[in-house]
Amino acid sequence: MTAHSITVTVNGKREYLTIPSHMTLLRMLREKLGLTGTKNGCEAGECGACTVLVDGEPVNSCMMLAVEADNREVTTIEGMTDDEGGLTRLQQAFAEHNAVQCGFCTPGMLASARALLDRNPHPSEGEIREALVGNLCRCTGYLRIIKAVQAAAEKGEA
Amino acid sequence: MLARPGLPSFDYIRASTAQEVVRLLKEHGEGARLMMGGTDLLVRMRQGDVRPKIVVDVKHLPGMSEILYEEGAGLTIGAAATMNQVAKHPAVRAHYPLLAEAANSVASYQVRNRATVGGNLCNASPCADTTPAILALEGRLVLYGPNGERELPAKEFFLGPGQTALQPGEFLTAMRFPQLPSGSAGKYLKLGRSKAGDLSLVGVAIFGFPDETTSSGYRFRIVLGSVAPVVLRALEAEQVLASQPPGDETFALAAQRAMEAATPIDDVRGSAVYQKAMVRTLTLRGLRDVWEQLAGRKE
Repeated sequence: MTAHSITVTVNGKREYLTIPSHMTLLRMLREKLGLTGTKNGCEAGECGACTVLVDGEPVNSCMMLAVEADNREVTTIEGMTDDEGGLTRLQQAFAEHNAVQCGFCTPGMLASARALLDRNPHPSEGEIREALVGNLCRCTGYLRIIKAVQAAAEKGEA
Repeated sequence: MLARPGLPSFDYIRASTAQEVVRLLKEHGEGARLMMGGTDLLVRMRQGDVRPKIVVDVKHLPGMSEILYEEGAGLTIGAAATMNQVAKHPAVRAHYPLLAEAANSVASYQVRNRATVGGNLCNASPCADTTPAILALEGRLVLYGPNGERELPAKEFFLGPGQTALQPGEFLTAMRFPQLPSGSAGKYLKLGRSKAGDLSLVGVAIFGFPDETTSSGYRFRIVLGSVAPVVLRALEAEQVLASQPPGDETFALAAQRAMEAATPIDDVRGSAVYQKAMVRTLTLRGLRDVWEQLAGRKE
């Protein structure tokens, strides 16, 4: 079994890690770095609970190998803050609109929503729905999540 | 946590040349699997369907993720270009919108950031969303193997579910598309259990263009996904459209012929009867849409 030495920037901090070939990015984040905000749901790319940003783009971290993150920048929910380390406008909107119930889908939902607002600051409702298709939520019925993203977009900042 | 065993162990190798890939495939045979986005391979490894000893990452080979368009020469897409890369590429959107549409219909945004068009083809799933578009555009596949490079029309690549014309030691490096006839139009219609994010229950790609050599003055290509062991061209339907004047009656007959060409099976996503009926519906819708585009372009 091959071990790989990788350098990966996680939430702005450079990490030097030795990981086995078969370790996923998800496991690396949770088990090597203790960043348990990223959730392990289906491990098949269906639920999106493990969504993180890699070089600013959302990916399912259960379907990416840790070794592939060498020299990349990863942002998890722990690193999604405003300049003072508080909640972003998007996160505030999630709180205000009760877009969180059990919270298990929320870190992945926020990663997808943030990436959407980065590439499209004023999405239509259809575009929001389409962008969040890979993030399942079993509590909210999605309407509040969509409203929260719309509200954050109206305030003009992710 | 309901613990799943996670991924079984294997050795990951990041290949840097095509020759290295061929050597590894020859050395390890069935024990080696090539990986690009991993969205299919890693899931199948977790399920225990495949147990490679080595996983060879081929997406960093030179040109493997590139998309090149040249007026006249056409389009070349590296096998490891992601669905989002293809769907967003300005030249693909401008000149091959059918392909952009098909790539954009796959799974979810975050999956499309990893999933590749080449991987979609090599899995040879009858429900692969990019295959109908690639066949409708008469794409060619570039394969690299022990005897160097060869090119194959995409329609000769698919032999059955999960079965391709790839020889031992050979792998897909790129897809090539000719410059499309001027005034052409296309449409990909996908039916899933939900409006987005699902595997296709029926996929229909339609491509049409003016052609003076047919008696109707137009040529259409109709390709059906998810309704046969391989993605298939509805040639009888195409024949109807080449020989009869375009219009509702002709489109209805062509849609009927397309339905007759489909041989779906009952599965968890839908019954064969339903899938057949939907082939007719989607083909008809697609033909009307493409015809509207063609008529609009003519004026």
